[in-house]
Amino acid sequence: MPNLRDIRRRIRSAKNIQQITRAMKFVSAARLRRAQERVVAARPYARQMLSVLNSLATRVPEHAHPLLAQRGDQKIELVVITADKGLCGAYNTNILKEAIGFLAGHSDKSVELNILGKRARDFFRRRAFSVRHEAISVLSTLSFADAAAIAADIIQEFEKEKKDQVLLVYNEFKSVVQQRVVVEPLLPIQRLKDLGAADRIDYLYDEPPERIFNNLLPRHVETQIFRALLEAAAAEHGARMTAMDAATRNATEMIENLTLFANKVRQAGITRELIEIVSGASST
Amino acid sequence: MALPEHIHLEIATPEKQVFSGPVDEVTVPSTVGYLGILPGHAPLLGELGIGEISYKIGDHREYLFCSWGFVEVLPERVIILAQRAENASEIDIKRAEQARQRAQSRLTSKDPNTDFVRGQLAALRAISRLDVARRYQHRQLPR
Repeated sequence: MPNLRDIRRRIRSAKNIQQITRAMKFVSAARLRRAQERVVAARPYARQMLSVLNSLATRVPEHAHPLLAQRGDQKIELVVITADKGLCGAYNTNILKEAIGFLAGHSDKSVELNILGKRARDFFRRRAFSVRHEAISVLSTLSFADAAAIAADIIQEFEKEKKDQVLLVYNEFKSVVQQRVVVEPLLPIQRLKDLGAADRIDYLYDEPPERIFNNLLPRHVETQIFRALLEAAAAEHGARMTAMDAATRNATEMIENLTLFANKVRQAGITRELIEIVSGASST
Repeated sequence: MALPEHIHLEIATPEKQVFSGPVDEVTVPSTVGYLGILPGHAPLLGELGIGEISYKIGDHREYLFCSWGFVEVLPERVIILAQRAENASEIDIKRAEQARQRAQSRLTSKDPNTDFVRGQLAALRAISRLDVARRYQHRQLPR
């Protein structure tokens, strides 16, 4: 015979958990909206940057800049972007699975990790992979200066020819419910689109075009990293919101079932007592 | 070819789009000096240093603080990609004033380890921010 008091206690704790998950859902929803706005706000800069770069690329010789150098893929750096906190469904697991898959597929090359986010740090700490650089709480307080610092570090590593390739692994923000982990090449900068002669504009330059181009490329890398971080942050909040919504719904269901069970137990107890009274009365 | 009447100006920073709309005239702080742009300007690409961006709509002139960036000029369009761009109303005068004093005391100190270029740039940024903010304040005063 299950104890009625135990069941009531379980109902109470389920209600408490439900309150927390519901609150977290609302917090994530608010953060998601802000993060989404930032993703949208950062778009014009990235778009214009790319169009200026493309129009410059046609008039500057290829391999003019160390960031464009194609050196093969012997020394790879993998930048893994995860959240600092859990409670967001399979968000972190998916990214880490993808990273492990990449590492397994490139075990004959030298791959070093660049870790952004506490979850990835804790995960790789217990495993035998070489980590070159790690940082936590990047996503929670995200500024362009952070992205620029990360970019500067990576650019330096690449320019010293310690790395031939740099790739990003992160969760792209498609929509609130849609999660997609992507592995994206960051360096060397992909060959830029060669615009047709018709689209080409003859600019005046108050600096040599090479100089402008060379100053633009590092900015481009910074922008790419910043964009990836913004998307990752938005995706994290989206994932957490969905996960917490599901948790709240599960809690509701559980409370319903437990309440039903508690009532049955209570009724069974009453029935039993009645039988005892009746049988006691009839026997005398 | 008829000249366009307005320029479509876009000012974007990595964080957000600061301004987008038609204007009559733009002035930008290029690395080789201030550059005034009117509608129908020849295509140009330039780098921006520290200084103030200003644009004119009718008789109204707006100022922004700008620090490093690029400008793409087309006859009917100007795109400014700035590292930082701040509207005059966004500038914290107290903080800029403090930054100016800090930079100047560093520059005048006899410490041999002073990074002069960095100090000068910091001072320049602070002074330029103050300029922009003061212009804005003056306009707020009753005439």
